[in-house]
Amino acid sequence: MMGIVWVAMLATGTIWAAVVRGPASVAAMAISSAKEAVQLCLALAGSIGLWSGMARIAQQAGLTAALASGIRPLIGPLFPGLGPKSKSMPLIASSMAANLLGLGMAATPLGLAAMQQLAAENHTHAGPTDAMCTFAIITASSLTLVPTTIISLRAEMGSADPAAVVGATVFATSCSTAAAVILDLALRKRGRKDQ
Amino acid sequence: MRQLISLPYYVVLLLLVGIPLYGALRGIDVYSCFIAGASDGLRTIARIAPAMIAMFVAVGMFRDSGALDTTARALLPVARALGVHPDLMILAALRPISGSGALGYLAKLLQAHGPDSAEGLLASVVQGSADTSLYIIALYFGSVGITQTRHTVPAALLASLAGFLAAVLVCRVAHM
Repeated sequence: MMGIVWVAMLATGTIWAAVVRGPASVAAMAISSAKEAVQLCLALAGSIGLWSGMARIAQQAGLTAALASGIRPLIGPLFPGLGPKSKSMPLIASSMAANLLGLGMAATPLGLAAMQQLAAENHTHAGPTDAMCTFAIITASSLTLVPTTIISLRAEMGSADPAAVVGATVFATSCSTAAAVILDLALRKRGRKDQ
Repeated sequence: MRQLISLPYYVVLLLLVGIPLYGALRGIDVYSCFIAGASDGLRTIARIAPAMIAMFVAVGMFRDSGALDTTARALLPVARALGVHPDLMILAALRPISGSGALGYLAKLLQAHGPDSAEGLLASVVQGSADTSLYIIALYFGSVGITQTRHTVPAALLASLAGFLAAVLVCRVAHM
């Protein structure tokens, strides 16, 4: 599916650009996007390095395990494939907690660390496990209690009440997360058969 | 409100001081621990770069060629049926595929309509209703070298759509 979406966007965009802006514009557009991707990776490198280092200390000190045991009753049922000894759960819990607190730059490295731990614990599937899919889909639906970027932008644009949207945003993102959980449960069996 | 925005700053402060200090008090070699974690993190960067290049080029071509705008304009009847401004359809289409693109478009929208107008409020809620789902799937699976994404792409895109519809609904009910 990722392949289909990718080809569809790339082919449509490239042909569109060639027709509307002329074939000469295509190469420059493609290269500038590729450059943007690498620039983002470099920009991410600092925060990923910093927060992966911090996460390792927190893991060794037992902080992430403590957090996970607090959150496990809430998120445990979403990951039936993970046993009580799984080292992924503390990282999943930490990443979700960081997202909820609006710490996107800490949540991403924690999330990637969780994915790597999930991959390391996977000895049976050739592709992604159910837990990896569930975790990625829930993160993609966004978990947030304080939409800090949006509030700051609204303040910058001269809003009389920048935080007026907090309640509505939390409602909307809860709906998208609930939909994500339901869709994951509904679709995961079909995906498994395809393998 | 000011406290809300600054909450993450205090959490960062607490984490940067608290984690190493707590680790040191528990007798952990915090410095080598940090280095080990950070070098693992940097190896991740090399693993996600190919997926990011693939994603950015496809999204960039689709967005910058104007194909995205046209697709969103084709959804005009849907916008009319939902009773929302056509600009919101562009934001909704941009939201799952480009984080910086959606944020930039939100800024433009807030400027054009005013941040406290019905359109400005709805646009803000739409922006917060979901994350850049396609990018996150590519990033997360790319980081472990998995290219087979099973049901995650349709599930995440449909969840984004649910978030958009919930945003429209809650703004209407709350008369925002």
